[in-house]
Amino acid sequence: MDVPHATAHPGTRHSDMVVVGGGVIGLSVAWRAARHGRTVTVVDPAPGAGASHAAAGMLAPVSEVTYTEEPLLRLGLASLARWPHFAAELSEESGIDVDHRTQGTLDVAFDADDLAALGEVAGFMEKLSLPVERLTGRECRRAEPMLAPSVRGGILASGDAWVDPRRVTAALLAALARRGVAAVADRVTGLVVEGGTVRGVRLAGGGTIGAERVVLAAGAWSGSLDGLPPEVLPPVRPVKGQIMRLRGAPGFLGHCVRGVVHGSHAYLVPRGDGEIVLGATQEEMGFDTRVTAGALWELLRDARELVPGITELEVADVAAGLRPGTPDNLPLIGPSAMDGLVLATGHHRGGVLLCPLTADLVTGEPSPDLAALAALCSPLRFHEARRQGSTGSHR
Amino acid sequence: MADHDTALLDDALVLGGEKFGSRLIMGTGGAPSLDVLDQALAASGTEITTVAMRRLDPVARGSVLDVLRDRNVKVLPNTAGCFTAGEAVLTARLAREALGTDWVKLEVISDERTLLPDPIETFDAAERLVADGFVVLPYIGDDPALARRLEQAGCAAVMPLGAPIGSGLGIRNPHNIELIVEAATVPVILDAGIGTASDAALAMELGCDAVLLASAVTRARRPGLMASAMRQAVVAGRMARLAGRIPRRRYAEASSPAIEPGAR
Repeated sequence: MDVPHATAHPGTRHSDMVVVGGGVIGLSVAWRAARHGRTVTVVDPAPGAGASHAAAGMLAPVSEVTYTEEPLLRLGLASLARWPHFAAELSEESGIDVDHRTQGTLDVAFDADDLAALGEVAGFMEKLSLPVERLTGRECRRAEPMLAPSVRGGILASGDAWVDPRRVTAALLAALARRGVAAVADRVTGLVVEGGTVRGVRLAGGGTIGAERVVLAAGAWSGSLDGLPPEVLPPVRPVKGQIMRLRGAPGFLGHCVRGVVHGSHAYLVPRGDGEIVLGATQEEMGFDTRVTAGALWELLRDARELVPGITELEVADVAAGLRPGTPDNLPLIGPSAMDGLVLATGHHRGGVLLCPLTADLVTGEPSPDLAALAALCSPLRFHEARRQGSTGSHR
Repeated sequence: MADHDTALLDDALVLGGEKFGSRLIMGTGGAPSLDVLDQALAASGTEITTVAMRRLDPVARGSVLDVLRDRNVKVLPNTAGCFTAGEAVLTARLAREALGTDWVKLEVISDERTLLPDPIETFDAAERLVADGFVVLPYIGDDPALARRLEQAGCAAVMPLGAPIGSGLGIRNPHNIELIVEAATVPVILDAGIGTASDAALAMELGCDAVLLASAVTRARRPGLMASAMRQAVVAGRMARLAGRIPRRRYAEASSPAIEPGAR
């Protein structure tokens, strides 16, 4: 809907849409809205510095599938299918290559127990008709020669892909700048609510920005805004992830490599320039982004079991980010229980993967396909339960 | 009322001076999401749930602790991930401060491959924690001698393993579990190794006072369904223990004699 600009109050600005949060999700929504001709403002004190900065950028709905999470798989597959077009358009508009790579995920096992567990998962994937191929240890090493000789076997999810989230953020900011979209370097402290309708946002630096629609895409911080009744606030919590980046030579690894090392999950994501991302921890530590010795040690220990050669590489960076976790691991995307407020948050480990789908769900033309996906991640699913004062199960 | 109706009415688990109706204690590790965990907890009927205190900020909102508070389940902090008595004592004290509970499941592991408990460090930590006023529930190997020494040191229960954590191998040495049960005057809680419902029932049949499990439920394809199976298995095993199993015999003994007594 193209709404003419409402008359702004003196001292306030006004947009069709204000996006709270300049991570990959908020920026994707803003970019798509701007392409649809809306006037958009993004507010973030440091765009791209949150979870997007620490994310590895795996677009891996197949290799990440787990029991009880088929709905998340459906969302992931729908978004994975949108990524090639999204990446191409974004690169063209911004002039920045987002390092979209499509060689697939190689998930490997090192002992009989891990191999048996991986075999169970492969069976589950096959039952869901997902494109996976079982490989012997030798086949794994032919596909990925730097793997440790002790690899017993693996599965190749050839549809999985990955991007560099830091490049995605930079590209989205550049594309938005070219479209004249303002990125306000400030923090949103609360929402302007009039008669039960959200009309804009209040800034820490003073003043407000009015909008027809406010999109809350503040990641792990989405649950801590003033001005909303508790049952409308999204039930997100910070889930800490620590990563390490190593500087390798291009071609060191050809696939995204994952593995279970004596029960602990590890991955290595190679960039086009040779950088390799090791990840990632999952910690329930509140709003804590300290990088710890124990986490780095575990990342290196597990990665070295998978690919011994990494110990020769230079450490380029360590980082911690806060994923926005939800009670059911599904995101909250779509209209909230309050008019004027749309949620695009709670993406947990899948924010980068779910960018294109989230942007479509928030800004796209309605369609039956989208409606089915929207139903899976509607914020309203938590509303009733929370109004009754329970944060327990909603299903 | 019939015996089977009344047998469990007055059969509370008494642990650390508190009474519990359920003899199934759940761990929280391995659940894919908080919702799945919540559903499994509900299906299990558990009244005590153990939570690893490392990598968990007790005051953070929306975490697993909120799920447990909403379910009104007693939170039993554990020291999982500690390798030394020093770390375990420190973790227990932090947990006491953060959660306001004197209870601690003491877990000091010896190596990452097997996650087997280190008996020396565990005993050392147990002595220090008991002296510090904690209700100490130590995770140990299936060693009757160590179990006895820990009881003498003032532990509120002993928690021998059935098999290594997460292995799902069941109870590898039922005889040792029986020996621990025979000698113990504190509750014996079978901890670790449970793979499926029959393992939990066996633990109770052997005379354990309760069963602690996590992975068998949280990593099952349908965690809620497995939690319900475990709840019923623990009840069934407890009932069988109270009822008294018949002696094992080498040869058959007809259940209906050829000639009914009293028929003559």
